[in-house]
Amino acid sequence: MITPPLGTPEVDVATETVIKLERVTKVYRTGSISVAALRGVSLSIQEGEYVAIIGPSGSGKSTLMHILGCLDVPSAGRYHLAGDDVSNMSETALAEVRNRQIGFVFQQFNLLASLTAWQNVELPLVYAGVPRLERRERAMSALGRVGLAGRVNHRPGELSGGQQQRVAVARALVTEPALILADEPTGNLDSKSATDVMALMGELYDAGRTLVLITHDADVASAAERVVGIRDGLLSERDESKLESQSIR
Amino acid sequence: MSWLETLRTGVNGVRSHRLRSSLTVLGILIGIAGVIIAVGLGEGASSQVTSEINALGSNVLTITPGSSTSSTGVRGALGSASTLTMSDVSALESHVDAPDVKAVAPITSQTEVLTAGSQTATTSVQGTTSNWLAVRGRTLTEGRFIDTQDIKDHTAVGVLGATTASELFTRGDPVGQTVDVNGIPVTIVGVLASTGSSSSSSTTSDPDDTLILPISTGAERIFGGTSRNSVSSIALQADSPADLTAAYQEADHLLLQLHGITTASDADFTITSEASLIAANTSVDHTLTILLGGIAAISLIVGGIGVMNIMLVSVTERIREIGLRKALGATPRVIRRQFLVEASVLGILGGILGVVVGLLGVLYLPGLIGDPMTTSPTAAVGALAIAMAIGVLFGVYPASRAAALAPIDALRSE
Repeated sequence: MITPPLGTPEVDVATETVIKLERVTKVYRTGSISVAALRGVSLSIQEGEYVAIIGPSGSGKSTLMHILGCLDVPSAGRYHLAGDDVSNMSETALAEVRNRQIGFVFQQFNLLASLTAWQNVELPLVYAGVPRLERRERAMSALGRVGLAGRVNHRPGELSGGQQQRVAVARALVTEPALILADEPTGNLDSKSATDVMALMGELYDAGRTLVLITHDADVASAAERVVGIRDGLLSERDESKLESQSIR
Repeated sequence: MSWLETLRTGVNGVRSHRLRSSLTVLGILIGIAGVIIAVGLGEGASSQVTSEINALGSNVLTITPGSSTSSTGVRGALGSASTLTMSDVSALESHVDAPDVKAVAPITSQTEVLTAGSQTATTSVQGTTSNWLAVRGRTLTEGRFIDTQDIKDHTAVGVLGATTASELFTRGDPVGQTVDVNGIPVTIVGVLASTGSSSSSSTTSDPDDTLILPISTGAERIFGGTSRNSVSSIALQADSPADLTAAYQEADHLLLQLHGITTASDADFTITSEASLIAANTSVDHTLTILLGGIAAISLIVGGIGVMNIMLVSVTERIREIGLRKALGATPRVIRRQFLVEASVLGILGGILGVVVGLLGVLYLPGLIGDPMTTSPTAAVGALAIAMAIGVLFGVYPASRAAALAPIDALRSE
């Protein structure tokens, strides 16, 4: 059930449009072989939306996540993030965009083992050049928000998986980014912790955050307000009600 | 990101791998300490040589009988003992014929046994004139030197070297005492100041172990046998060290003329500059310093390669960390700086510890090996700068590699 790409060019790029992909392709070349991971993807996400992108492995969802997260640039097409065209930005400019506009939550948590919880959370603010005291204050309040006010001086090794992922969520929140991008946030968690983290995501949505969740798991995706499927490098908008009967992967 | 933050991150990186960091620091430490000790040894040796040259008088030439070109190389053989005479001395004193010669001191010398009470000493007894003191650049600790009146009167007076004086007169003042030389009682009128140069020098006999007599007294009353006019050597003082070559040529020319010799290779005398003998030693010391310094420099380079190796390992090992930092907004420049700072911290730590170990070595090694060493602030500061430069230089490549990593490749790696 492949529907034509959404988001046909609109005259007005409204300020509340956080993500606007226009016919984005990504081709990987290994020697003489080229693989098209994305084959003309268009997508619009408005401020305050909670979108799940669901697809099996090899569908191009990781590539899409890298492009949405400004970790990689498209081979062709346009990508506007919070009003700025980021399709052809330099490595340095992209680093600044990631720092200001995007909060990442990874499957592997990706916390630095040598730093305490609050030092991990303040890291994006360090790169943003925020003064020390303000950094600490903001890191503490972000940790309080995810329910870890009592664990600020623990190192990742001293925290459970669920707690580590909540530290990562706090780190994604601390810069007040335009977009929170979560890549299989529950992939490494037991079901209890997974439920906690998903509840936290729901709270962020309720607070007006723009969330994009990338997953292969239909149950996880069902928490989102809007679900977009990806298969063979093409997107398809789904009706949430159909998810129940449909098995992905 | 401010420099202070970068520094904090860098120091953290070094601290979180203690063993590895210490081993890298050790490599730099050994190199830096080696440089300081090598330079200390070299400078110690050359300052010792300089003090020996100064003790001899740096503008002094010595003329000895015999040819330096004789097959055996032995000067002062029996037959040639009388080739230098007092008339040679007076000719050299002429300011017309030898304008660059400031002063001339003839020397007759023989080894004699000296007796003072129950003490005896075998020493070099030298007969000379009052010029000797100035030509040799010596001073007295007490009493007076022999003067022209002593020479005219053939007085039996003498001046003792510092070592001889302390051997013969263990207590009490030697001045005014009598020393018996070949049955002639000689009254001591003065004592020479010690030159401070070590007796172990192979190039000269101990200048502090001697008895100086008026040349006339020596020739007629003590040594006997030899002609009144012959001398065993002549010491010449040039106006200045720069005039040494001119003085050498004037003396050579004058003596060849006086001795009626036409070919320079037939000369029956040899002119040497004692400073030049020591200078040859100095160049040996120089070679040694260069050799030691070279080895130390090589070990510094090896230490630098150690820093690079560790930084490369560190980059590979921390690919995920680099990827994460990039995802969170670290620009390539910030990542490069972080790794450069880590490499520099290793270099500086190694440098500081190396300077400390090197200075301790300079302080305590001379006691163990018996060679003098000099602390050189230039070497210490220079070594520190080199250590820092090594950290930065060998850190550039690993840091650039870290900076160039694509964030997705870095995040993906397990």
